[in-house]
Amino acid sequence: MSLFKLFRRGSAPVARERLQILLAHERVARSQPDLLGLLREEILVVISRHVAFEPDRVQIRMDRGKTVSTLEVDIEIPNAFELAQGSSSGAAAAGGALTSSQRLRMPAAHMRHG
Amino acid sequence: MAQVVVVTSGKGGVGKTTSTAALGAALAQNGDKVVVVDFDVGLRNLDLVLGAERRVVFDMINVIHGVAKLPQALIRDKRLENLFLLPASQTRDKDALTEDGVAKVITDLRASFDWIICDSPAGIERGATLAMRHADAAIIVTNPEVSSVRDSDRIIGLLDSKTAKAERGERVEKHLLITRYHSGRAARGEMLSIDDVMEILVTPLLGIIPESEEVLRASNVGSPVTLANALSAPARAYFDAARRLKGETIPMLVPIESKGIFNRLFGRKAA
Repeated sequence: MSLFKLFRRGSAPVARERLQILLAHERVARSQPDLLGLLREEILVVISRHVAFEPDRVQIRMDRGKTVSTLEVDIEIPNAFELAQGSSSGAAAAGGALTSSQRLRMPAAHMRHG
Repeated sequence: MAQVVVVTSGKGGVGKTTSTAALGAALAQNGDKVVVVDFDVGLRNLDLVLGAERRVVFDMINVIHGVAKLPQALIRDKRLENLFLLPASQTRDKDALTEDGVAKVITDLRASFDWIICDSPAGIERGATLAMRHADAAIIVTNPEVSSVRDSDRIIGLLDSKTAKAERGERVEKHLLITRYHSGRAARGEMLSIDDVMEILVTPLLGIIPESEEVLRASNVGSPVTLANALSAPARAYFDAARRLKGETIPMLVPIESKGIFNRLFGRKAA
């Protein structure tokens, strides 16, 4: 058993790498508001102003990386959905109806690591 | 001048109580007058690790509420006449510790001891913040393992913001104590190394306590490991840590397993 392990790289480097990334984020979050969290909140507020989406049809994924973090917002909007206010339609250029689901993917933040 | 030291970690089960007992005893064995204070209200265990569990009459909350005087609540160790324990209460009401009450107790203890060592409860809530509140120095107990290191980082943040010293614009002196270190696993890349932990937490090292059955045996019999087996590897590591705490410069020895080549290749490993 031990002989085999000599040839396998240990998991400590992985632990070290994961911790470095996580703690870089947590240390920043301690001193300032969480940018990704803030963006997530505000994006949803803006979208809900125009579109009445079901809260449980929203998927939000965050990936906090070493140099770049991503925020992925996936909102399912029912077909033939009428815009809440016809005049101010920033989201849908077509104007009348949105088809199937709209997907937003954005590289959300570049964070420095201390 | 009296030094108030908090032994803290965030995560539970990393060895705060064991380390409080061992370091308190080591300092007392060197002739200093020491009191160890249990802040873990409702889950006190420092009395048990010190073998004083049957001698607890009053506790810190009794003192704060005026039921007992401080000298009545202090329990003198049977083996070391200059080591004392102030037990925590077993009451379920964790709000029974008041901020003013704790401040008064610490001020009174400062007048008659060289070292006041506060054993913090796990977590980052009231009990833990009260334990670190009046600290001049902090010992952050960390296992070389991801969740422990993460929680230690969080605690370091609290020490820099929530303590009385931090609020006065001063710094709590911070020391890292790595416990349950297993040199073989670290060498094989299975466990975070000392360098890894130090690089991540950026805190000066007070000591490295090797994983050892002596630690468990000492708590089984209710004795700090520095008293139970003063020549064992963990006891020696705690003695060195206590001297570093006093400001001495002592070379840091990374504990090495004394395993033969046969055991290294074919030996069974503990989980």
